[in-house]
Amino acid sequence: MKSPRALVPIVIGLLVLGGWEWFVSSGRVDDVLVPAPTQIGEWFWSALRDGSLASATWVTMRRLMLGFIIGAAIGIPVGALCARSSLARDTIGIMSLGLQTLPSVCWVPVAIIAFGQNEAAVLFVVVMGTVWAVVIAVQESVLSVQPLYLRAAMTMGSRGWHLWLRVIFPAALPGVISGLKQGWAFAWRSLMAAEIFVVILSGFGLGSLLHAGRELLRMDQVVGVMLVVVGVGLLADLIFFSPIERWLRRSRGLER
Amino acid sequence: MSAPLSSEPGSQLTLSHVTKRFNGRSGLVTAVEDISLQVKEGEFLVLVGPSGCGKSTLLSLLAGLERVDEGSIKLDGANVVEPGRDRLVMFQQDALFPWLDALENVLFGLRLKPGLTDAERTEAARYYLDLVGLADKEKAHPHELSGGMRQRVALARSLAPNPRVLLMDEPFSALDALTRDQLYGDIQKIFTQRKKTIVLVTHNIREAVCLGDRVVLLSPNPGRIRQVFNIDLPRPRRINDPALATLAADITTALSAHLAEPKEGLV
Repeated sequence: MKSPRALVPIVIGLLVLGGWEWFVSSGRVDDVLVPAPTQIGEWFWSALRDGSLASATWVTMRRLMLGFIIGAAIGIPVGALCARSSLARDTIGIMSLGLQTLPSVCWVPVAIIAFGQNEAAVLFVVVMGTVWAVVIAVQESVLSVQPLYLRAAMTMGSRGWHLWLRVIFPAALPGVISGLKQGWAFAWRSLMAAEIFVVILSGFGLGSLLHAGRELLRMDQVVGVMLVVVGVGLLADLIFFSPIERWLRRSRGLER
Repeated sequence: MSAPLSSEPGSQLTLSHVTKRFNGRSGLVTAVEDISLQVKEGEFLVLVGPSGCGKSTLLSLLAGLERVDEGSIKLDGANVVEPGRDRLVMFQQDALFPWLDALENVLFGLRLKPGLTDAERTEAARYYLDLVGLADKEKAHPHELSGGMRQRVALARSLAPNPRVLLMDEPFSALDALTRDQLYGDIQKIFTQRKKTIVLVTHNIREAVCLGDRVVLLSPNPGRIRQVFNIDLPRPRRINDPALATLAADITTALSAHLAEPKEGLV
């Protein structure tokens, strides 16, 4: 027993699972429609053993990482440009704000028409899902950098690239990180949409596994994959974004 | 009085007929008008006046953060047109970078100064942190320091690249009285040791008398020079010294008299 705080959700979780199991096995619902936790567990175990889950997760993560990195690599400089030039802000900035509100599934038809049923279409959807949120977040966090920092840095002789890399970027970093986190969440959503709708032979991802579960009427597989999707999202937050955010807040005295 | 257009011998910083206007909500506002002033090498000059007298504007102009509309500002004979390492500023808030520790903050300006090795830069940064009494705090981030300590780091940061002139924009106004008194002592010690030319802006007349060799009284709307006081009290001065308090009272009287005058241009 590590701490009582960690124990409470575990106990409640087990109670819910137990209740669920009992409810399904009592025959009150059709277990094709509502699979019991043990059924999901069985699917999970078999998918782990035949390697399909691992390979699907790998394919999905590879697409996600690639799309996210491309989206961030475009979004960060474009966001910085929007913060610097009011012309860029009034054009690219406004467009980004609009496109950010567009649900990323809407890019799927565009991608299929433009690229066909292939890897490029999936990548396009993920990049479109990521880039606008990153542009907006970077623009806003650069614009809200305290002018005092800039004045101080300029009197010390900082100009141009030095000012951007040593002052503006570090000062805007907390906002940029939360923008990247949002971009990541959007990328994750758009990738699932893309994998469900774009049927491709170059790789079988989690979305495809989910889609296959639907076609086979395997509710255990559908729910199982959904749990994996939730788990990946949670893990990315817990082992990547949260530690960075916490470190940033702590090193600047915004926490504890 | 006719203001000289060329700098007199011994004068380091020369302001000639400096005027600065801003676009305000009710049209063009003249922040400072026709200011002519000379600061000698190694002089501690204080600009004092009520809010709206343009003293902070004047400091921004000296720093090169704003450009003059009329007149000129010369440092060692060269026109001041942009911010530069030869004129470093201590701001009202400490303006330390929260992502850097104390040593790195002091190193920021030093790193931009060419012709030094990294070892020399670190040595200089440590020297100035030690000078302001914070040798043991070099690894502390700004949020781990008190307001007074942060302002000390800011002082070390401004002194480290060895500027020709140190500009101070009400750097003590956000501090508590005890910390402030302590810093008055520190500043005077550093001023006497390092023979630095300092221009300080403040609305605190006692502070002005405590620190300045010369106190320039500005009046508002638009900001103009009203009177100049030479302070001949021996250093180090203590803020609670009765002689100092008497002088401060004289300046306060002068200021009130100017403020009571009918304003031209408002009719």
